[in-house]
Amino acid sequence: MVEFSGIKEIIKPENLVYKRTDIMTDNTLSYCPGCGHGTAHRIIAEIIGEEGLQSEAIGVSPVGCSVFMYNYLDIDWQEAAHGRAPAVATAIKRLLPEKFVFTYQGDGDLAAIGTAETIHACNRGENIMIIFINNGIYGMTGGQMAPTTLPGMKSSTSPYGRDVKTMGFPLKITDIVATLPGSYYVTRQSVHTAANVKKTKKAIRKAVQYQKLNKGTCLIEIVSNCPSGWKMTPVQSNKWMEENMFPYYPLGDLKTPVE
Amino acid sequence: MAKIRGSIVVNIEKCKGCEVCMVTCPTGTIAMAKEVNGKGYNYAFPANPELCIGCANCAMVCPDGVITVYKTKI
Repeated sequence: MVEFSGIKEIIKPENLVYKRTDIMTDNTLSYCPGCGHGTAHRIIAEIIGEEGLQSEAIGVSPVGCSVFMYNYLDIDWQEAAHGRAPAVATAIKRLLPEKFVFTYQGDGDLAAIGTAETIHACNRGENIMIIFINNGIYGMTGGQMAPTTLPGMKSSTSPYGRDVKTMGFPLKITDIVATLPGSYYVTRQSVHTAANVKKTKKAIRKAVQYQKLNKGTCLIEIVSNCPSGWKMTPVQSNKWMEENMFPYYPLGDLKTPVE
Repeated sequence: MAKIRGSIVVNIEKCKGCEVCMVTCPTGTIAMAKEVNGKGYNYAFPANPELCIGCANCAMVCPDGVITVYKTKI
């Protein structure tokens, strides 16, 4: 009885440790249960709130599961054609250089149809931040094989697993971007545990600082899960991701600035 | 020595029952309810509230941001 009244006393505004940031709107996210998109959205919203960028930030939302991202973050948005977010972000940043411009793209958007835009925007060293969510599958359209699908991974268009002889190898676009002279900060993170969430947040905060200093393109890949596309529960999919995705897409910084 | 006590509040109508918070909780505070919310999901709730240490791991991994965390020293 004493314990119970104690808990009631803990729930007071002065004891608050963590609450959903005000940058996130009250709309319910359209994502499946356990999807990493929600966590990634929240981290970006928290950084924008903590850095005081709500009036300066302009996001470019992609085509894919996160197409309605403009409904969830209370900042300025521009929707881009499929894969063309880096090109649109280039234009926005060149016309409004004082704004904070970022794109948010999935692997079907950034690594398949938008490969050219991504590589050329990074090669030109456009002063934008690119957030790349990699779940190895086309999630929105029903789990088809994407360029980032792992060898042997089953999807709805590779039911016997991806055969690298006929379907090619997974594209490590983040590694390609890291070799380009225009890119400034390239890193690969994930959001499936609290420790990884903290690391990803740190990486995004760095990218925000670099954009303020006009340093160049920052690309942050977030290896994420797709419970519906992979036909697993969220907890199973996180485990599968640790066991199968991370050996092929190892986490860590791929290109850090040389001072 | 001061004891740290925490407490969580779950917005049960927005919870999608993905169980990610339950797995990440270091003390086993969170469990999934047998009842369902308006959308038909078995929502998360603090089944063992006295074990909570207010570490906010659950809130950090929650994709839908439905968990609010409080912490105090007693």
